[in-house]
Amino acid sequence: MTPDGSLLVADDLHKAYGPTVALDGAGFSIHPGEVVAVMGPSGSGKSTLLHCLAGIVTPDSGSILYNGREMATMNDAERSALRRSEFGFVFQFGQLVPELTCVENVALPLRLNGTSRKEAERAALTWMERLEVDDLGKKRPGEVSGGQGQRVAVARALVTDPRVLFADEPTGALDSLNGERVMELLTDAARTTNAAVVLVTHEARVAAYSDREIVVRDGKSRDMERVV
Amino acid sequence: MSIGHTLLGLLESGPRHGYDLKRAFDEKFGHDRPLHYGQVYSTMSRLLKNGLVEVDGIEPGGGPERKRYAITDAGITDVERWLATPEAPEPYLQSTLYTKVVLALLTHRDAADILDTQRAEHLRLMRILTDRKRRGDLADQLICDHALFHLEADLRWLELTAARLDKLAEAVTK
Repeated sequence: MTPDGSLLVADDLHKAYGPTVALDGAGFSIHPGEVVAVMGPSGSGKSTLLHCLAGIVTPDSGSILYNGREMATMNDAERSALRRSEFGFVFQFGQLVPELTCVENVALPLRLNGTSRKEAERAALTWMERLEVDDLGKKRPGEVSGGQGQRVAVARALVTDPRVLFADEPTGALDSLNGERVMELLTDAARTTNAAVVLVTHEARVAAYSDREIVVRDGKSRDMERVV
Repeated sequence: MSIGHTLLGLLESGPRHGYDLKRAFDEKFGHDRPLHYGQVYSTMSRLLKNGLVEVDGIEPGGGPERKRYAITDAGITDVERWLATPEAPEPYLQSTLYTKVVLALLTHRDAADILDTQRAEHLRLMRILTDRKRRGDLADQLICDHALFHLEADLRWLELTAARLDKLAEAVTK
């Protein structure tokens, strides 16, 4: 699978944890500005696929090309740099640093990349405005609701203008209305910046915000666009 | 949906011509399936025959005469009864898809494939509805949400069935 113009392409990925096979020949591809849902039952390997694509986990075999470059040939420092500057992450729970205010949380990735505090917090506030949480800047994560916290997390994931946003069950802990708003804001923001979004979800109503879906079952993937 | 009851309900706020009724129906309920004029006029003559509406006035025009309809007391009672009666849940999907899945298993075809294809089709429709919801007003959102929740319920059934295919195969081929 080597679709032209793909930003991130994986082919024939295998990964086992001891005797447990997590990925068994899975593939994936995504273009800039595209939102692809990765669906499948619990334990099907979808989170492992996301972790491999994001360079968090190294597959046992198979190829992952990011922007034309094989990730297996990168060293740890290069992969870390990639995760910090080119990738953004949103997870289901516990991603904000409780001791920092919301604006400091959003500014954190820029600060880690060496941006000055003033400039980082200015960029953070711009993103918080887009995610409709700019009034929470001085509050700490413990003082905001789940839905607000998740929007802060999305703002933080997007503050570095990543080219790929990895979202693993980003609305899993939210009620329908909040989940929906987070998905609207997340996909709008990603489309505005032409970021690709890898969206792992088992919820169909969340997947409906994607452009297409890949189904993972027993470690194998199936690109439904090529089926229907 | 009962077109007759819906048109009757629209008439409750005041008399209207057939054309106005069609326009009001399409605007509020007919996003996917606007009414044909023929449907409006055949429905109105049935309601007229059953005494649920009456002709409130006739305007002569260049073409056919334009009748203005008004709801009768019997019509209002009929709308009232319809609104108070719950709808029968529609178990259409289980029966059709269940049949397909069982037939696939019996004929040694790939039943998971049928479920995957159906999931993709459901998601395709869910994307259209989600997009309409994003662009629409509150009424659009509520109408689309209703459809989305139903499709989601179907999808949950698909997932559960996919997870039980081996057991189902055992049961139906016994």
